[in-house]
Amino acid sequence: MQTKRDGRLIRFAGAVLCFSLTTSVLAQGTTPSTLAPASTPAHQVYDLSIFVIAITGGIFLVVGGLLAIALYKFRARKSDPMTEPAQIYGSTQIELAWTVIPVLIVVVLFLATARIIFAIQDAPKPAVAVDVTAIGHQFWWEFRYPKYGVVTANELHIPVSPDFAPKPTFLKLTSADVNHSFWIPQLAGKTDLIANHINTMWIDPKKEGLYIGQCAQFCGLQHAMMLLRVYVDTPDQFDAWIKNQQQPGRQEAQAAVGRKVFETQACMNCHAISGTAATGRFGPDLTHLMNRATLASGAMDNTPQNLRQWIRAPDTFKRGALMPAMQLNDEQLDQVTAYLETLK
Amino acid sequence: MSEYSLPVREAVDSALSETTRGTFLENLHAWVVTVDHKRLGILYILYSTFFLLVAGAEALLIRLQLAYPHNQVLSAQVYNRFFTMHGTTMVFLVGMPFLFGFANYIVPLQIGTRDMAFPRLNAFSFWLTAFGGFLLYYSFLGGGGLYGVGNAPDVGWFAYAPLTARSFSPGHATDYWALALIVSGFGTLGTAVNIIATIVSMRCKGMTLMRMPLFTWLLLIVSMLTLVTITPLTAAQFMLLIDRYLGGHFFDTQAGGSSLIWIHFFWIFGHPEVYVLVLPAFAIANEIIPVFCRKAIFGYPAMVAASVAIMFVSLGVWAHHMFTVGMTSVSNAFFTLSTMLVGVPTGIKIFNWIATLWGGRIRFTTPMLFCIGFLFQFLIAGLTGIMLSVSPWDWQLHNSYFVIAHFHYVLVGAIVFCIFAAIYFWYPKATGKLMDETLGKWHFWLFTIGFHITFDTMHFLGLLGMPRSIYTYQPDRGWNFLNLVVSIGGLIQGIAVLIFAYNFIRSYSRGKIAGDDPWDAWTLEWTTSSPPPVYNFEEIPEVHSRRPLWDLKHPDDPDWEYEA
Repeated sequence: MQTKRDGRLIRFAGAVLCFSLTTSVLAQGTTPSTLAPASTPAHQVYDLSIFVIAITGGIFLVVGGLLAIALYKFRARKSDPMTEPAQIYGSTQIELAWTVIPVLIVVVLFLATARIIFAIQDAPKPAVAVDVTAIGHQFWWEFRYPKYGVVTANELHIPVSPDFAPKPTFLKLTSADVNHSFWIPQLAGKTDLIANHINTMWIDPKKEGLYIGQCAQFCGLQHAMMLLRVYVDTPDQFDAWIKNQQQPGRQEAQAAVGRKVFETQACMNCHAISGTAATGRFGPDLTHLMNRATLASGAMDNTPQNLRQWIRAPDTFKRGALMPAMQLNDEQLDQVTAYLETLK
Repeated sequence: MSEYSLPVREAVDSALSETTRGTFLENLHAWVVTVDHKRLGILYILYSTFFLLVAGAEALLIRLQLAYPHNQVLSAQVYNRFFTMHGTTMVFLVGMPFLFGFANYIVPLQIGTRDMAFPRLNAFSFWLTAFGGFLLYYSFLGGGGLYGVGNAPDVGWFAYAPLTARSFSPGHATDYWALALIVSGFGTLGTAVNIIATIVSMRCKGMTLMRMPLFTWLLLIVSMLTLVTITPLTAAQFMLLIDRYLGGHFFDTQAGGSSLIWIHFFWIFGHPEVYVLVLPAFAIANEIIPVFCRKAIFGYPAMVAASVAIMFVSLGVWAHHMFTVGMTSVSNAFFTLSTMLVGVPTGIKIFNWIATLWGGRIRFTTPMLFCIGFLFQFLIAGLTGIMLSVSPWDWQLHNSYFVIAHFHYVLVGAIVFCIFAAIYFWYPKATGKLMDETLGKWHFWLFTIGFHITFDTMHFLGLLGMPRSIYTYQPDRGWNFLNLVVSIGGLIQGIAVLIFAYNFIRSYSRGKIAGDDPWDAWTLEWTTSSPPPVYNFEEIPEVHSRRPLWDLKHPDDPDWEYEA
């Protein structure tokens, strides 16, 4: 794969150069760029795209060039005779030629494409693969790790999968309500999440770090704020993260009042915190809320002030999110925020 | 060159002058009850020009909102309504009526007949289409139903189920959307039937199928395609309404229904719909390019064959909108191949247009400039279409701004450019006045520059991972500058369209007198006066070749000696 790619890159370096220059100059560090692939499916698509750009770019130069030449060379001039130009009605040979050449190009493009379709879509799942089930909700993501018994939301943690010790992640995708689409451009193309329908995809990020994406299928009012973060951890980090996620929610004595508020108000109807009476499934699991960098599917940073304001009036950040304003008084707000802040 | 005309006309025309002017109300009444194909054609075109301005304004507001990250010009709700209405309007209330308007006006003239086959069906179809549009826009006032004040559809123009279910779309906005498309869909079907009947049965003496002007040929193909494609859309809308009000479960996933059924139905309509819109654009280019390079179209039989091929192939490519819904690898490969194959007949067309230009004497009038813009932009649109047909790459590009850029290259860069070309080209026929060339060139250059600033840039936003249908974006994504550029381009296009609107209105009273045949063209519509009389032709003409006026103007060297 590596050598093939290099060969191809050299061959089409010219076509790529201007293209990548333009886009890389414009892109910044946190850009979810399809041009900076970091996982096998994304890489394969990127390589294929370079090949396709080279061919279509060639076609553009030839056909566009002919068109430009025709326009320049055959422009009407003052010196033209008053008669009409020679009328030419067609030529079977020429037309046959420009039917056959496109057919040949289509054959080449199709074969190159088919190879990648089967390579990505029908890739066998190795035994070491991590399984994740992703469930789309209006307007957030639920992630379940069936092997580990872990449930989390909006921020997916997966292990890095270097070439010497591959550990890809295989996702099953479905939806609890309307259609959504899971898209982390640097890791793979998008796959839709559809209720009553299980889709699959896989990613094997080669480098640790944070990869950004968002829902790519219009899913209603706050579709734009259905952001997605994938943390690619080292194996140690990932194991530690899983271990922590498997713990029930912390129960610190000084936060007991807040927990009581949580359990006696409507919060528990929609949210779950393992080890408590709260087992709701309509909203994100909050057992380890403080391990997440953002709230409301990336709508804002996870700070105590934001959290308190979110509980008080979700409309401030994400008007149309299905979480209602909880109508708590200031004291209850402080207590429940303090409790949630302990859920590490 | 208006000294050329069919000799029969002079004999009768002056005797039948009908220039008695009524009061305003009488005139208005005459327009409302008209069954004249030319008046209905003009009504269609005015109607779609009006909605072009409306949907254009929506687009500008969308771009204003997206000019900066976290901008708050529009709320999420209003933004979602605007992009839904923009898409629905442009496809159903602008694209189709524009093209049917031209078909109505031009086809009977080109085939040498006095009206459409079913004049009253024609009027009925127009008013169905028109009221469909007004029904859709009435949703801004009435769509909230019992749930509140103003509302409009906010489910996206392809309205994927189950987002359209009553649990996710309360109120009546979605009902207005479905009903409006059903109503205007029936209008569209009526017109399509009418065009087919007219072309099949009302051609003048000597006009065999292979002597029909390509414009007429392509409209015949489009009308047949329309019959096949509007039907599943209408069926799907009925299913949606049954789901919403009669307890159906076609798309109700909570009750075991399937979202995929809607998606299939929609794109079985939706993809051929693209060709329903773009083939008339080809049709327009087929008429204008030969006239302004002074040559017969190159490879007429190949152009006809390619158009028929596009019709058939376009019925087998719909699932390329569905590469991400989780089809099997074999299905993905199949639809990749079928989609790529569309490129072959389309390529033939582009080559034939270039060959037509080759050896000609090209006059860069405003309609020709728009056609040249069309050729370049359609070439690019075709190539980005090939990129999107590559299904693995489509997994990345689908629903991103790359797709938005691609289909605007088709819908604006090809179709709207050809619509503008057609308006500049046939305006003198319909009004007797030429549109102003200087303003026309301002319009062309500003619009082209704005178009490229906007839509070229959008491709890169898509590659950088920006999805469509989002009312705002995070400032750290690297999309800020490009979005601002896109919005500025939109503004330039808006200014260009205003120049066009001014030119359109001003030329009606102050334009230069056009004469019967201002472009020295070759098809039958240019033998009539400008505007043509109600009955079009005093005596039904007889033709001997594809270019009856060429034969007339060059009796020593007529076309029929060369045509195969």
